[in-house]
Amino acid sequence: MRVVVDFDLCESNAVCMNIVPEVFEVREDDFLYVLQEEPGEEFRAQVTEAVARCPKQAITLEG
Amino acid sequence: MDRVVVVGASLAGMRAAETLRAEGFAGTLTVVGEEAGPPYDRPPLSKQVLTGQWDADRIALPSGAKPELELTWERGVAAIGLDLAAGHVSLADGRAVPFDGLVIATGAAARWIPGTRAIPGVFTLRTLDDALAIRAALGAGVQRVVVVGAGFIGAEVAASCRARGVAVTMVEPLPQPLSRVLGDVIGRVVAEVHVEHGVDLRLGVGVEAIEAGDHGVERVRLSDGNVIAADLVVVGIGVIPNTGWLEGSGLTLDDGVLCDETTLAAPGVVAAGDVARWPNPLFGEVMRVEHWEHAIDMGAHAARRLLAWAASPSDPALDMAYGPVPWFWSDQYDRKLQLAGRVRPDDELAVVAGSIEDRRFTALYGRNGRVVGAFAMNMPARVVKYRQAIAAGLTWDDALQG
Ligand SMILES: Cc1cc2nc3c(=O)[nH]c(=O)nc-3n(C[C@H](O)[C@H](O)[C@H](O)COP(=O)(O)OP(=O)(O)OC[C@H]3O[C@@H](n4cnc5c(N)ncnc54)[C@H](O)[C@@H]3O)c2cc1C
Ligand code: SF4
Repeated sequence: MRVVVDFDLCESNAVCMNIVPEVFEVREDDFLYVLQEEPGEEFRAQVTEAVARCPKQAITLEG
Repeated sequence: MDRVVVVGASLAGMRAAETLRAEGFAGTLTVVGEEAGPPYDRPPLSKQVLTGQWDADRIALPSGAKPELELTWERGVAAIGLDLAAGHVSLADGRAVPFDGLVIATGAAARWIPGTRAIPGVFTLRTLDDALAIRAALGAGVQRVVVVGAGFIGAEVAASCRARGVAVTMVEPLPQPLSRVLGDVIGRVVAEVHVEHGVDLRLGVGVEAIEAGDHGVERVRLSDGNVIAADLVVVGIGVIPNTGWLEGSGLTLDDGVLCDETTLAAPGVVAAGDVARWPNPLFGEVMRVEHWEHAIDMGAHAARRLLAWAASPSDPALDMAYGPVPWFWSDQYDRKLQLAGRVRPDDELAVVAGSIEDRRFTALYGRNGRVVGAFAMNMPARVVKYRQAIAAGLTWDDALQG
């Protein structure tokens, strides 16, 4: 499972961070950081939820 | 429950369908949608689609192309009636679709100024077809646009037209744009942003008449006596929930489908998204929310509620009371706006980070000692944190001290 963010689309609104803070973090500089590009299977449900709820459809999940 | 019908093939409906499958519903799942094309995302319509940056293929909803959902599609046909006793939905082509469980997700339609719908060059913006028609008109040499209503849709249309270099006049009867959702102080900031980008903003005036000549719309007559020449008029004066097909069904219709606090509208019937009204226990208010993220969230909740009903029809499922903190964003020019919460114009307001002068700030709204809303302009990250804090009952004093 690989998390890919299109940073041209992302607007750092931290919706994803709210769902999986272990994987996504928007810092004080207002940029999104992907903390784990290949998170463990235990995060699949939450990452899938973040994909669905990203208002900019900026997140894709490969594998 | 062997057969579920979802009426409305857009954000809330598709999310409900996905959730039903994800939660193990294995029966027949029929999705009825009036629009003929595949489901799509609406927010880009007033943004990237209008400016011409994106085409229709960029805004397809992923859920519309997932064979694993095993949906039975009824696309391009409207539901025109609901018979609760017989358990079926009637379609415009005369057929009836039987169900054991029903998800109502028919959203809302743009409100028109009476008598203007037939005038060439006058548009509302709700659907992809609307957006493509406005875009085509803009591409065909329109010079002067009048936007009626400075709500979110109007404000975004104004921004997108300015991005294309077209002259824009925006008319709003309230004292500030967006003042009903953001209050006058923040509304004034939004007004200034539009004026800085060259919008001729007319506040506190209504529209008397939209007048046409031989080739369509020519001018807009305002309540203050002014007359504005227009090649194109976009009317953004709010929406009306799509409940016409539910008249006489026995469901309570009151500016939307009225649900209980768990999103159940009747036994075996749930509603979600722009069409649904329900008592939000967190705010102690019966509300209907017209935001993207809400349609996603409530669509999933309603699907789970329907499954819980199927498992135990007599259980009121009070643990499934639905109490979200509404959240939305809006993009206008290079400003990104976000609001979490439910704001009233007379709430207290305090800027807690950044500054209004810089057009980059976070502000909180308070009522009765609690924080009820958080707004940000170009400070995206904090609003989500405040959203959680509002859900947890953050007090006004704590927020201003911390
Ligand atoms: C131009 C535009 C820009 C927006 N921008 C933002 C934004 O930036 N941020 C934000 O938070 N929100 C935004 N929104 C709001 C957001 O898109 C809506 O809240 C969301 O689409 C609601 O989803 P829904 O599924 O409840 O309803 P809808 O999207 O309205 O879908 C309802 C569907 O039901 C179908 N339908 C209606 N009646 C029937 C019937 N009788 N039978 C069968 N089908 C029927 C309709 O054709 C439609 O496809 C925007 C909306 C628009 C129009
Ligand atoms: S939810 Fe989407 S837009 Fe928001 S921060 Fe995450 S990736 Fe970016």
